[in-house]
Amino acid sequence: MGQLLKVDDINVYYGAIHAIKGVSFEVNEGEIVTLIGANGAGKSTTLNTISGLLRPKTGSITFLGEDITRTPAHKLVEKGLSQVPEGRRVFLQMTVQENLEMGAFTEKNSDLRGRMDRVYEQFPRLKERYRQVAGTLSGGEQQMLAMGRALMSDPKLLMMDEPSMGLAPILVEQIFEIIKSLHEAGTTILLVEQNAQMALDIADRAYVLETGKVTISGSAKELLENDKVRSAYLGE
Amino acid sequence: MKKITSKGLSPYRKNEIISYGIAILGFAVISVLRSLGMVSSSLQGQLVPICAYVIMAVSLNLVVGISGELSLGHAGFMSVGAYTGIVVSGIMGTMGAADPVRFFAAVIAGALAAGVAGFLIGIPVLRLRGDYLAIVTLAFGEIIKNIMNIVYAGIDENGFHISTKSDYGLSAEGRMLLNGPMGATQVDRISTFFYGFILVMVTLFVVQNILNSRQGRAIMACRDNRIASESIGLNVMKNKLMAFTVSSALAGMGGVLFGLNYSTLLPIKFNFNTSILILVFVVLGGLGNIWGSMIAAIVLTVLPEALRQFADYRMLVYAVVLIVVMIATYNPAIRSRVSAFAEKYLRRKKPDAAPAEGGAD
Repeated sequence: MGQLLKVDDINVYYGAIHAIKGVSFEVNEGEIVTLIGANGAGKSTTLNTISGLLRPKTGSITFLGEDITRTPAHKLVEKGLSQVPEGRRVFLQMTVQENLEMGAFTEKNSDLRGRMDRVYEQFPRLKERYRQVAGTLSGGEQQMLAMGRALMSDPKLLMMDEPSMGLAPILVEQIFEIIKSLHEAGTTILLVEQNAQMALDIADRAYVLETGKVTISGSAKELLENDKVRSAYLGE
Repeated sequence: MKKITSKGLSPYRKNEIISYGIAILGFAVISVLRSLGMVSSSLQGQLVPICAYVIMAVSLNLVVGISGELSLGHAGFMSVGAYTGIVVSGIMGTMGAADPVRFFAAVIAGALAAGVAGFLIGIPVLRLRGDYLAIVTLAFGEIIKNIMNIVYAGIDENGFHISTKSDYGLSAEGRMLLNGPMGATQVDRISTFFYGFILVMVTLFVVQNILNSRQGRAIMACRDNRIASESIGLNVMKNKLMAFTVSSALAGMGGVLFGLNYSTLLPIKFNFNTSILILVFVVLGGLGNIWGSMIAAIVLTVLPEALRQFADYRMLVYAVVLIVVMIATYNPAIRSRVSAFAEKYLRRKKPDAAPAEGGAD
């Protein structure tokens, strides 16, 4: 198990606000790693810093041994780092098929067909609706589409920002089933999630973020049994 | 699986065909009417400006409709094209070049100059978004106009002169091309309706091919969702800059056509009002709808002339027409009425729907 991603002591500011205070963690090949925490803990900020939408003031981010701290967002996809942004963000006016095609935009002469077939295999719902305009899909379907689109670039690491946001409980379960099966198919996943129970159920390791710092970390099992985690995030 | 790959593009193709169809049909009908002497002299004089405005509207649609950035300085690029074209045509005229050569050399030069201007202005402007971008493009449009206001150029036996001062040493036999705030004077009017038609087709070809390409998808993706676009590896700035530059170059082309249609052309012609006029064509025709822009540009150029009979109330009627069209095309109730009417009308033509006819009236 090689190390895919290493985040080393990053500090991120929004103007004068110190949002991320020295966060470090790593993701190894084949793992599902989850960052959990309450609203405003800095989960999405951390993810957006990795994906190049924000810049850390200090600290470094390494992906496959290469420093990507200052790499622009659009260049990361070619390196094998793909993100499912928060709040789905599909191209509403394009069809399902076109959205997926856009996901492979950076790939030249790749096996587009084969990848699309694999995505449709993972998400039969999308296949049924391949010519439907994305804006007419339900929230859960849009989330699936955003995930499928990210998979079209065949990423080495897939980052997901709150995939359960705004979805009905039954759909949340479905989405997590899919994440699990993506993992079983060999995709490494970094998952940012508020729904701690669901996230810890499928993750290998987890980090708890609180006001911009990692307060607890360990295997998902350990965290599920940790009293502090149980009382603060699992409502017990 | 094969089924999935085909037919995905049909709506784009349909719109493409409609756009080319309008251009070709319009040209053919007017040409026939002209040869029969049935075109009034006022319409005759408007043919070239109509073509120029169609080019302006279609090119602005690339930025406003397809790239999704509100640009209020389109007339600025038009003026860069127009004056570059006038200068090139003037120089070539003194060298005795044939009219078509002069015209198309002027078009190429004008498009290049406006494209370069668009590229340079686009770099800072496209870092902004929304209202801010609109205001800055407006400012750049005015800056271009004001620069044109102080440019003097002429050609004599000593060669080509260009200056920001009115006494720039043009000899008595020299030919003045640009005269500062007086604009271009003594322009040879070499634009024709046929050239205009060709340039409209070129514009349609360029814009519609971009629309229907990988690049076009990328531009539309950046418009629809900036963050999603970055997450799939699109360089948003590069795509927006590409659309802006191409649009400016096409506007320059429209400017050349426009400029070479008048013997004098004042820089004030390319002020904010003209930019807004072009924007009205685009918005009224439908954002991203190419043939809509064409129709709007044609109708709204002809309309003020056709309303001359209303004398003082001309612009009032014009405004009312604009409002009515706006309401009518975006009103779902009226839209459904129209489509119901069309359906009824079409059903009548089918023999199997004959019994329904009795109840129709």
